[in-house]
Formats: sequence, C-alpha cells, structure tokens
Amino acid sequence: MSQNIRFIQGNEVCVEAALYAGLNFFAGYPITPSTEIAEHLSLRLPQIKGRFIQMEDEIASVCAIIGASLTGHKVMTATSGPGFSLMQEGLGYAIMAEIPCVIINVQRGGPSTGLPTSVSQGDVGQALWGTHGDHAVIAMTASNHQDIFAMTVHAFNMAETYRTPVILLFDEVTGHMRERLVIPEPGEFPLVERLRTSVKEGVDYHPYLPREDGRLPMSDFGGKHRYNVTGLAHDMWGFPSNNPSVVQGLLRHLVDKINNNSHNITRYNEYEMEDARTVLISYGSSARSALHVVKNRRARGERIGLLELQTLWPFPFGLVRQKCADAKYIVVVEMNMGQILQPVRMAVDNPERVYLANRIDGVFITPTDIKNILRIIQGRGM
Amino acid sequence: MGKPKLKEHIINREWCKGCGICVHFCPKNVLELDENDKAVAVIPEECICCRLCELRCPDLAIEVITEPSEVSESSEVSETSEV
Amino acid sequence: MAIKDYIRERFFPHMWCAGCGHGIVLNGLLRAIEQIGISKNDIVMVSGIGCSSRISGYVDFHTLHTLHGRALAFATGVKMSRPELKLIVPMGDGDALAIGGNHFIHAARRNIDMTAIVMNNRIYGMTGGQYSPLSGYGTSATTAPYSNIDHTFDVVNLSVAAGASFVARTTAYHVMQMISVLKQAILHKGFSVVEILTQCPTYFGRKNKLGGAVEMMEYFKNNTTSVGSKAKQENPELIERGVFVRKEIPEYCSEYEKIIQRATIG
Repeated sequence: MSQNIRFIQGNEVCVEAALYAGLNFFAGYPITPSTEIAEHLSLRLPQIKGRFIQMEDEIASVCAIIGASLTGHKVMTATSGPGFSLMQEGLGYAIMAEIPCVIINVQRGGPSTGLPTSVSQGDVGQALWGTHGDHAVIAMTASNHQDIFAMTVHAFNMAETYRTPVILLFDEVTGHMRERLVIPEPGEFPLVERLRTSVKEGVDYHPYLPREDGRLPMSDFGGKHRYNVTGLAHDMWGFPSNNPSVVQGLLRHLVDKINNNSHNITRYNEYEMEDARTVLISYGSSARSALHVVKNRRARGERIGLLELQTLWPFPFGLVRQKCADAKYIVVVEMNMGQILQPVRMAVDNPERVYLANRIDGVFITPTDIKNILRIIQGRGM
Repeated sequence: MGKPKLKEHIINREWCKGCGICVHFCPKNVLELDENDKAVAVIPEECICCRLCELRCPDLAIEVITEPSEVSESSEVSETSEV
Repeated sequence: MAIKDYIRERFFPHMWCAGCGHGIVLNGLLRAIEQIGISKNDIVMVSGIGCSSRISGYVDFHTLHTLHGRALAFATGVKMSRPELKLIVPMGDGDALAIGGNHFIHAARRNIDMTAIVMNNRIYGMTGGQYSPLSGYGTSATTAPYSNIDHTFDVVNLSVAAGASFVARTTAYHVMQMISVLKQAILHKGFSVVEILTQCPTYFGRKNKLGGAVEMMEYFKNNTTSVGSKAKQENPELIERGVFVRKEIPEYCSEYEKIIQRATIG
C-alpha cells in the first residue's frame, strides 16, 4: 500500500499516468520546463519494452509519435511553448489524418522564448487555434497531482476514443511542484483501447468511413490492410479528394466528433458552488490559489465558489452558463490576458458580470493577488 | 537459356503520355509516336527484347511480352546498351 | 508477380507530366521490390509533399503521405515501433534537403534502417518551378529570374558526412543501375540514400533551355560516369554514379533492442 504513495513532481506524475494508460512510445526534444518527462520516460519505457527517442526538434518529435501511433501504439510527446509552436504542423496532420496521440505542453512564459523557467497559461488559445484551418481539438489541464494523473489517463482515453490528438496544458508550477500522489491501482481507472476494424483481409476496408457514433475502427499500419494516410483532404479510403461534398463531410466529421461529444470529454471540479454569488472560474495551477481564496472567504461567510475547468477545449459552454446563472460576479482567474475570459463571456447570460483576475509577469498568481482584485470588482476598494 | 523472342509490345494507350523516351532510346528504332502521340511498335520484328523501353517508360505504359513466356529475367538486359 | 500487382491501377494514368523522371523512378523501384520479392504487407512507404511525394499514392503498400520535409521523421516513428517493416522514403530534392534537411542528416546520423530516395529534379515542380537547394549556381527558375546565386549541396557528400551507411547515385536514364542500387539499398541494414537525378522537362528543362525529357536524359547519359572511373579523372565535370559508401555499422533499432535488454535485466 505504502508503495503506491509518492512525493514527486507533476511532470513525473504525468509519466506515471501515461504508463498506467498504456503509453509505449515517446519522442521528444528537451525544453524547459517539460524536460523531466522525457528524462523519466527514457528510463522507464525500455523497462516495459516501450521505446523512447530524442528527436532533432519538436517538429520531428510530433511526426515520429504520429508514425508510431499508426502502427498501433499509444504515443505521447512533451514540450513547452516554443516547441508547441513547432508542433502545430504535426498537430494539424494528426487532426486531419485522425491519428490518436497525446501532446503535453508544460506552459512557460511567452511569446517567443519568453520566460523559460516561469509559469504562464499563455498557450490556451494556441492549443485551440494554433494550427491552421477549421478543426476542433481536445485540450485539458489539472491543478494537482491526483488530477494530473486522472486527466493524463483521460487524455489517452479520449485520444483513442475519438482518434484525435489530445493536448494536456500543464504549467511550470504544476510540472515542477512536488506533492503527494497516490498511484491508483491497476483497473481503478478504465482504459480505452483502440477500436480496431473487424474487416477481414482482402475485403475492401474504409479507414476513413466513420461508424454511426463517429468513431473510426483502425487497422494497424504494417498489418493486413494496406491503405493510404494523408494530410490532404481525403475520401473514405484515405485517398486525396477535392470533391466538395467529400471535403464538406470530412470537415464536419472532424469537428462534430469532438464538439458533439463535449459531454463525454468535459471534466471539471466545483467547490462551494451551491449558493455562490461570486463564482471564480479557474484551471491549472491558478485554480489552487482560487480554491484557497474560496475556502478562506467561505470561512468568513461569503457566498463564493470555484468552478475549476479541467477540459478547456471543447469549451464547456453549457456547463459554464448553468453554473454562473445566479452569479453576481464571475471572475476568471488565469495567468494570461484573458484567454478563457473570452469564452466565459460568450457562455454566460450577462457577460458584463465577467471579470478577469490575472497575472502575466511570470510570477505565480497568489491568493492575495486574487483577493486584491476581488476587492476592486466587488466595490470594496483597495 | 536462349535469347527471348518477342511476342508483342503491349502499350497502354490510356497511360502513355507521348513523351517519346521509348522511341528515342530504342536501340533498334522499333517504336514511333503515332498521330495521337501514343507509342506504337512499328517494326516489332527488329525488337531485341532489351526491355529498356519498358523500364524507361515514366508512365508504366509499355510491356514487352516474350515467348516462351518465362518470367522476365532482367539479367538478360545488356548493361552496355546504356553506356 | 508483375509490377502491376504492386500499384493501385485505378489512379493511373498518374498525375506527373509527360516525360517526368519521377515515373521512371516509380518504374525502377517497383522492379527492384519485385526482384527482391518483399511482401506488399511488409513495406511502408512514407513520403512528404511535392511532385515526388505523390509516388506513395500509386503503390499498393502501406502508404503514409505526410508533411513537407517530414517524411523521415514520420518514418522514424513507424520503424522504431515496428522494426520488422521495410521503410522506403522517396522525397524530392527540396523536400529532403531544404525543408527536410535537418531530418535528413539526423536520420542518416542515427543509421536507422530505411531507404531514402532523393528524386532530384533540381526544382520545385508542384508550385511551378522555383529554385531548390539542388538547382545550382547560374540556373534559372521562376524565383531566380536574374540567375540563381545559391550553391548546391552534393547529396552524396552530404549523406556520407551525415553518417549514412549506404550512399548511391544514379539517374533516370540508367535504369538498370537504378534497379540494382535500389535493391542494394533496400537490402542494406542501416540508413541508405539513393540520389536519382530525374528530369523535370516542364520547369527545370524549360526554364534552363535544356530541351525536353529526351534531351535531359541524353544529358544524364553524356555527363555522368561510373564512380572512380578513368573518365572522371580526365573530365572532372562528370557526375559520378554508383555506390559510394557501403559499411556495416550498428543500426539504430537493433541498438535500441539492446537498450531494452539492459533495462529489463535489472
């Protein structure tokens, strides 16, 4: 029992969770503050006959995991902002070619090289619209080690369920922070295995013909079905097509399979929300400070609650609207200039009640920072 | 094994784009382009079955069929015909 | 097995221009594979973007048409995760050596078992004839209207320096040699590079007044010679063809198997 309790960094939690989920191929390139993930996996993967490779850059890393996923493996890469920028090309390919993979972005300050060792949540918008063209993505986050574990497993499950890349937006604080983790027992979290086609060898196989539920049964590359995979718009056989109805159907499928399943993808935590008149909305490490404020003020009788988002994209509009219906003040706590503030404003009935409590200077947002901003918002002065 | 004897040139007119590579490099001038710019064997009796037209065709449009219909032996093709 | 058994006939005639050397590379590659006798299910062809990359759509293997320049990176993931598969990676010269140059040298350095085919037509054909890193000083292209001042890579020297364990060069004219070196490259255990000079009559030929496909192939015939030949000593301008490097050095996936053994003992 005691062996299952660890005191480790968030990046290492992510490694434990990925292995729990069935990861057996990782390609990456060193970048602060994500590097520990690569270091630990270089040690751990060969122990389970998995494979680790350090590529020449992040472009190559994401491409390599896509190649390995095609052969039937659960795959992952890990990076931070500058590397995530380089990965946008491969991310779009994995979306278009519907190849399951998990991309970890341990966020640091940006833009450009920015603040390599400081915390930020500045890549939230990039996760959604960093790669070109119409598409939908799944992006998730977590604020504590137990949730980092759960969300990493969930990320692999979602990637396999919907045949799509899933982005995990951790940050420098959660990545480097040490706290207690109870490693779940095998079987405690259900694991989704890839849906594989039942089409027999020699029978016409349509790798890109979705089932009624939108899922695509795969056939492992190198197996009995020879088919084509391309980043070009393609037909149900995977061959390039610019037929307008084929293109329309493909794009609708790529977006609908995610947006129409938002209820299966969305995860969140809520604290003291029942009668909250002030609702804090936060995610990732900043949700830790927000939770501290809520507990502190509840103890003094204020009707304040926290909605902690764990799934950021597809954005849970319905959830946010419902949870904020009775709120007088809705305060988004994040370490950027309002990247989740905007969809929250779109979600709620009274966007003028939505405020931002943020820090953008590379310094972790503290409960005091939030309290100071709350005083202004609630009209209590400084 | 004796010299292969020509049975026929099968030229896929749908695939042939009329580039003229087969015509130009045929050591025996067996092939020509017709009025539609498709390769045709005009003097097949001169064919030495070197298969260079088949191998150099960018369109995969030419097959040199020999008899007896043994499996094609590329080793029979002379390297000397290409410098 | 006839070579038609290795292609997806429904997509023919192919989309390449009349006289394009890429078709000859496809032709030679299929014969090399036919002669080796590899099962279609054991071959993964990974290509990038450009005229050359369309080759993967025409062959009945597992085919992965990827991103511009990234074919070798995708191929690395496929190979490492399923080392028993044969990886063939045809690329254009811009694909392999401009946008994909970094992946190219690092795949060579790792000596990962796959065959990189550089279909070198010295131009970006798909986009309409812009100069590539292989166009060469003094050539003309749609983006070099005043003459190109970029110098070229020597693909063979670059590959050798980067650590490729098999390096060869041939041309679209020398089809017998093409089949032969492709067979050797595919059978070689390690990173093999085959540079094939191919003609682009539509753009490189036209922009540089080199004539049509036939004239460009005559050029390959008359301006190349076997590696180490006396003709090269007499005329250093000749481009050498043949196998330049063939060495047995540890292959990446085999080495990783040793890592797994080391990691699983403890």
